[in-house]
Amino acid sequence: MKLSGWGRFPVVDAQVYVPRDVEALQELVASKPSVIARGCGRAYGDSAINSSATIDMRRLNRMLGFDPKTGQLIAEAGVVLCDIIAAFLPRGWFPMVTPGTKFVTLGGMIAADVHGKNHRRHGSFRGCVDWIEVMGADGSIQRCSRESHVELFEHTLGGMGLTGIILRAAVRLRAVETGWIRQTTIPAPNLRSAMTALERAQDSTYSVAWIDCLGTGENLGRSLVFLGDHASAPDLPIHRSLHPFATPAKRKLSVPFNFPCFALNRFSLRTFNSLYYRVGAWNRGQQLVDWDSYFYPLDAVADWHRIYGRKGLAQFQCALPLSGSEEGLSALLQAVAKASAGSFLAVLKRFGPQESRISFPMEGYSLALDFPITAKISDLLANLDRITIEHGGRFYLAKDSRMSAETLRASDDRVGSFVRMRAESGWKTSFQSAQAERLVL
Amino acid sequence: MAHKFAELGHPIQLAARQSKTLGAEKTNLQLRYGVPVTLHEFDALLTETHAQFLAMLPELPEIAVSIVGLMGSQEGSERDHLLASCVMRSNYEGPANILALLANRFEERGSGTLVGVSSVAGERGRATNYVYGSAKAGFTAFLSGLRNRLAKRGVHVVTVLPGYVATKMTEGINLPARLTAQPSEVAEGIVVAVKRKKDVIYVRPVWRLIMLIIRLIPEGLFKGIRM
Ligand SMILES: Cc1cc2nc3c(=O)[nH]c(=O)nc-3n(C[C@H](O)[C@H](O)[C@H](O)COP(=O)(O)OP(=O)(O)OC[C@H]3O[C@@H](n4cnc5c(N)ncnc54)[C@H](O)[C@@H]3O)c2cc1C
Ligand SMILES: NC(=O)c1ccc[n+]([C@@H]2O[C@H](COP(=O)([O-])OP(=O)(O)OC[C@H]3O[C@@H](n4cnc5c(N)ncnc54)[C@H](OP(=O)(O)O)[C@@H]3O)[C@@H](O)[C@H]2O)c1
Repeated sequence: MKLSGWGRFPVVDAQVYVPRDVEALQELVASKPSVIARGCGRAYGDSAINSSATIDMRRLNRMLGFDPKTGQLIAEAGVVLCDIIAAFLPRGWFPMVTPGTKFVTLGGMIAADVHGKNHRRHGSFRGCVDWIEVMGADGSIQRCSRESHVELFEHTLGGMGLTGIILRAAVRLRAVETGWIRQTTIPAPNLRSAMTALERAQDSTYSVAWIDCLGTGENLGRSLVFLGDHASAPDLPIHRSLHPFATPAKRKLSVPFNFPCFALNRFSLRTFNSLYYRVGAWNRGQQLVDWDSYFYPLDAVADWHRIYGRKGLAQFQCALPLSGSEEGLSALLQAVAKASAGSFLAVLKRFGPQESRISFPMEGYSLALDFPITAKISDLLANLDRITIEHGGRFYLAKDSRMSAETLRASDDRVGSFVRMRAESGWKTSFQSAQAERLVL
Repeated sequence: MAHKFAELGHPIQLAARQSKTLGAEKTNLQLRYGVPVTLHEFDALLTETHAQFLAMLPELPEIAVSIVGLMGSQEGSERDHLLASCVMRSNYEGPANILALLANRFEERGSGTLVGVSSVAGERGRATNYVYGSAKAGFTAFLSGLRNRLAKRGVHVVTVLPGYVATKMTEGINLPARLTAQPSEVAEGIVVAVKRKKDVIYVRPVWRLIMLIIRLIPEGLFKGIRM
């Protein structure tokens, strides 16, 4: 069948298998020349596609155990984050780290070693993973952790499925008192003040800036900075404190057809952006926001990626080291503004320290942008790649659909040892994605 | 199926052969929905054990769903009368027997819902699967009779006639996507049917039409068509 990532580019004709149990999975892994695991397909590009055998893990989705003393959940890799929240938030538990969508699998979060708005405080997903069980090419299952089979553990976190199939994992959840977030909104007129606001926010659990990426000159980097903390029970108004985990049901909006590309001209983006900016500025100050609206605003619009038209969208996400951040970010934003390519979503996060072999984050700043795919866009993206590399940054494989193998190597000197590890362990032949092929991993 | 009912807060009793292998599924249901779940050894073919099986249940359920079924291969059934008999008993005798016992208990209590998963294959015998189809036809008729009998006794009977469903039974068969339901759709259909006291459901509505047409083809013409 025709398969693509969330960005709907590239589209690849791929054979998809949906094993029901471990035995069926073992048989697949043993009988196919190479395979790749797939979760919800929320990675933007071709990370979860293997044309000869893509293995949809979503049937292996049992929750196997929970320890209410430590908050440790043991579950199969196909469990979807929204089901974890549905089961455990009413009992006072929330994911330690969450990406911007709840429609991701446990396996996908581990493989991409995802980060949330609390990376600075709590690091990447890795931090809550106690152990993982990974199926190798021969069908054998290895439990690995920080203590045993350390190399497998370290390379699997952030390894994008290229070290084997994640079968089960033990992850710790966070104890929360309510399903609400205390949010503070700070309008920032330019990049420097946005960065200052983020730097000052080290005591907030969550922080993120949304950037109007059409601002130029002194408006360059004009943003809204959102800080957030889990609300405690006394933070809630009386009528809510009786049911601290109950939040209003969401109305599902949907984008029923592919938005024509012309809807994305400079004008409509400009209005969209400045409207968003004002709406935020009206609500300046503190608000209580329910967990779903706070962490997953895009999930409320089903299939929002269709807004970008039939050709799909490309995400660009880089991480810059602290030292090169301000200069790098302003060069990136200038390049975007100059190309008039616009972007609905430009998200700036402050990353804290990161331990790992191959995970994306590094201490500094991360900028994520998305663009409709047009003829001109590849020049701009190449330009953004160059600026990132010049400032010592690197790229997020879960968002990539078009980088070249050379660009990857120029940005990340860990690639060499990852590739060597893959060759030595036999992973290279058995676990292959379209992305790994493109990037020669 | 169990997930949909558990999500609504119903306690779950899972009855199956080799029920011990369902330990992980039991934990899964408990963790996800916070409802009590118990496992019970049950073989539809061992009809003599059914009364004992019911007696051992910690509690008589409010809703009982039989999804037991066996397709077998039609060619196999033509050559091997033991297989044919097994298919017939698995789709008719076994499920009918346990539902009959439950029906009596429900009738005594004066409440309850029985759900039988039969098949559109029972609507008309076809060359390619009439052994299975005939057993399902028997089961469908049995459910219809049961419903008729219990209508005034507070017990409701739902007949489920799924068209194609993407399950282990149909794995490897190339089914038309538009006519093929996911198991979760069947489960959702059943939950709604129980709630709204529907009698016969087809899951995907188009099957009602397809089966109407298939039933209307005159036998003289039908026997010449290979389907
Ligand atoms: C709206 C939106 C917002 C997002 N926000 C963020 C964010 O804030 N932070 C962030 O870090 N990411 C973010 N992402 C990216 C997303 O979290 C990751 O791409 C994640 O990996 C997707 O999980 P998935 O289950 O959909 O995996 P897929 O997209 O199906 O696969 C992603 C990768 O994981 C591998 N994989 C999946 N399951 C397994 C398994 N069982 N064993 C081995 N490998 C496996 C695949 O091979 C592939 O390489 C966002 C994506 C979207 C669409
Ligand atoms: N798939 C379709 O397209 C389709 C279409 C119409 C109707 N149906 C009907 O839907 C129902 C579910 O089928 P399915 O598609 O989910 O197929 P399935 O996976 O083969 O399920 C059949 C189930 O019946 C159980 N079973 C069989 N014989 C049994 C016995 N003697 N005692 C106890 N349990 C027994 C099996 O248990 P074990 O695991 O122990 O074998 C299995 O769980 C069946 O009644 C089938 O006829 C299916």
